[in-house]
Amino acid sequence: MLKPFVRRLRSGDEIAHLITLAFAAGIVLVTLLLVYELWTHSVLPRQRFGWNFLVTSTWNPVTENFGALPFVFGTLVTSAVSLILALPLGVGAAIFLAELAPPRISHALTFVVELLAAVPSVILGLLGIFLLVPFLRTEVEPFLKATLGFLPFFQGQMYGIGMLAASLILTIMIIPFIISISREVLLAVPVEQREAALSLGATRWETTWRVVVPYAKSGIYGSIFLALARALGETMAVTMVIGNNPKISASLFAPGYTIAAVIANEFTEATSNLYLQSLIELGLVLFLVTIIINALARVLILLTTRQGTAHP
Amino acid sequence: MNRRLMWRKSVNAFMLTLTGLCALVSVSVLLVVLGYLGWNGWQYLSWTFLTHLPAPVGETGGGMANAIVGSGTLLLIAALTGIPTGLLGGIYLAEFGGKTFTFLVRYTADLLNGVPSIVMGIFAYTLVVLPMRHFSALAGGLALGVMLIPIVLRSTEDFLRAVPMPLREGALALGASKWKAIATVVIPASMRAIATGALLGLARVAGETAPLLFTSFNNQFWSHGLNQPTASLPVMIYQYAISPYADWHRQAWAAGFILLMLVLVANIGARLILSRGSPALRG
Repeated sequence: MLKPFVRRLRSGDEIAHLITLAFAAGIVLVTLLLVYELWTHSVLPRQRFGWNFLVTSTWNPVTENFGALPFVFGTLVTSAVSLILALPLGVGAAIFLAELAPPRISHALTFVVELLAAVPSVILGLLGIFLLVPFLRTEVEPFLKATLGFLPFFQGQMYGIGMLAASLILTIMIIPFIISISREVLLAVPVEQREAALSLGATRWETTWRVVVPYAKSGIYGSIFLALARALGETMAVTMVIGNNPKISASLFAPGYTIAAVIANEFTEATSNLYLQSLIELGLVLFLVTIIINALARVLILLTTRQGTAHP
Repeated sequence: MNRRLMWRKSVNAFMLTLTGLCALVSVSVLLVVLGYLGWNGWQYLSWTFLTHLPAPVGETGGGMANAIVGSGTLLLIAALTGIPTGLLGGIYLAEFGGKTFTFLVRYTADLLNGVPSIVMGIFAYTLVVLPMRHFSALAGGLALGVMLIPIVLRSTEDFLRAVPMPLREGALALGASKWKAIATVVIPASMRAIATGALLGLARVAGETAPLLFTSFNNQFWSHGLNQPTASLPVMIYQYAISPYADWHRQAWAAGFILLMLVLVANIGARLILSRGSPALRG
């Protein structure tokens, strides 16, 4: 019983097994430690405010009253708007890359899309401040106000910085995710599906839209969820263009604030324990929401590509 | 041709063109980013910028030498903590793992990969900054290192799995122990791809700003030692970009240019290396 074990130990197999196992287990432990740290360092606001933390809108460090509703609102609105914009654009581009473009062009364009995903968010924020915001202020927002101004979303002062700018930057950041994952799941659709539809006389578009896309549906949903998780947690670019004003306003022109942005801005200024822990609780909220969405996304992608590894 | 068919054909043509336009728009965003940043950044880049400390507030000139070195330090710490962990974990998943535990680890890695980077900053803050009571390069490097683990782990696993089975069997048939086979045959066969995967991971965390804001913080001077606050390019770009000084804006452009070039060169290089690898290892 012991002898073979010792022999294997000497040849290094068991040692190697145990060492690598320890490191693989390490990643699970790090994740658990992350949850533990976030949880234990946000006890104070949980005891003090309970669920009111998420549904009240007074954020006042002086009176130590912390309600995070404006941040939750800003996060949800900017993420939703960016998804609405990125979804048709991203899926359309993915269809083009997977179904239509010749392989060489498809590869080249996919390469460019992957490079876009690699651009650091602080650099997109830099461009946001000096390129996008002035453009929005002088061109886009006056145009939107003139044409769609009867809607409550396009009213009020036009600063350039605000929820619209943040949503557009987020759109740019999540499009590469939607494209590269959707493209992968579209390519995973068996070619027989296409041939069957084409042989029945369907046009190229009908084949794509009625056969290929429905087949890859859950994978595409997966890519959307993954993009949503990105948008919810994105910090720098949003912080730089959203205006950082904790106000709830229906207008996309108005400055807003997101969960990630308030953590980035106020963490080093948090003077009291309650203040700091309130910010950490916001981190916990962000963590839990993105984890749940990510978990869902991975399962959906797993269902389509049967590997769940589709990384951009 | 009847009208119905005409209609279907024109819908076909219209929608296909539309998807092409979608692709064109998405791709041109990168070109705008590159063009605008290149044009602005190149203009303000100078030797002084690369070799001098930041000028005091209100004075023009100066550079970001400390931030460039600082970014290097942070990446080094990240590489030293993140790459070995991810590498060994990846070896376990590909070579030793069973079914359930492997799935658990892989799934956890994917989830960890999706955790917002600002949350990683909080993690490093509670873990390192709070006990030490001050900001440090160590905390920042560790935050980046934790982000690096899942990236390296997943890419290592993928590349090891792509090594053909007969290579392992050959080594084992010659009497090598399993570990010997892995260390002398399997890993060397995929070494280039694994290293490239690690490089891609480093390129990704190199541009991260959010985890550094309250871990390595910032520093207008050289930092002495790993337990000191440290300047880094991304944090400098952020603080200079939101500052009210025109000269700092110019410096932010130059720093952004350097950072983007580093990230893009690493990415393009890595992908070229991967696409030229043996067919079995193509990523």
